[in-house]
Amino acid sequence: MGAQDDFIADAMQYAPQLYSSALRMTRNRADAEDLVQETLLKGWRSFHTFQEGTNLRAWLFRIMTNTYINKYNAKQRRPQETELDEVEELFLYRRMGAVDPSQMNASAEDQLMTLFTDDEVKQALEELPEQFLLPVLLSDVEGFSYKEIAEMLETPMGTVMSRLHRGRKLMQKMLYNYAVERGIINETLLEAPSDK
Amino acid sequence: MPNCQETLKELETFLDTELPDARVSEIMSHLTECVDCQGAYEFHAELREIIRFKAQKEDLPEGFLARLVNCFGEDVLPEE
Repeated sequence: MGAQDDFIADAMQYAPQLYSSALRMTRNRADAEDLVQETLLKGWRSFHTFQEGTNLRAWLFRIMTNTYINKYNAKQRRPQETELDEVEELFLYRRMGAVDPSQMNASAEDQLMTLFTDDEVKQALEELPEQFLLPVLLSDVEGFSYKEIAEMLETPMGTVMSRLHRGRKLMQKMLYNYAVERGIINETLLEAPSDK
Repeated sequence: MPNCQETLKELETFLDTELPDARVSEIMSHLTECVDCQGAYEFHAELREIIRFKAQKEDLPEGFLARLVNCFGEDVLPEE
């Protein structure tokens, strides 16, 4: 019982991170809360299989990812890949990074920070086709390594890398589209990407 | 030393800190000497930070943590 009590104390510190990722996966607060609860209970029950000294956070995310794939994913029906997935390299940078900072009110970095709202970033993630969401979420938001993600998704590392690459490009394109829709990016100013 | 094309191609893996040490040094050498690639690097590093920061900002539902702690006592997970 002692070990399981330790588990509760140790694992609870990751509950907020698990919850925000669960929300990106399920796109629904009630399902996200259920997913985190189920993850922690599974972890609690199988804590005897956890190897001391290994990464508890990665272990919990692995449980959550598997639970999501097996249980929630089946009813999600996210969009599959479309032709939109072919996004050119450095998509956003070619349109924004190359803008002369003197034409902007703030520095390029401040601009980026305020350009996209929290909700837009979340929406771009949530709208990623299924096969891209998990790698991008686990890498860009949760900071796991290729190897850890490959283990969580039971996928070869090369597949993780290519999905990350394509998922990130797609996300950049969505962010760009949101900014254009809101009239935040003036397309006439940014239309011609520099020819590098 | 890698050229611009090679540097930009490996930028993502570099940002993921997944390149071998020797290659990291080579890419860094190029970045210190090439303003264009440095700009691309800084842009993507910043974008990465912004995405992480914004995607993690989430208010927990009221009473969420307490409900989680309580559920351990009851162990309500259905047996599979």
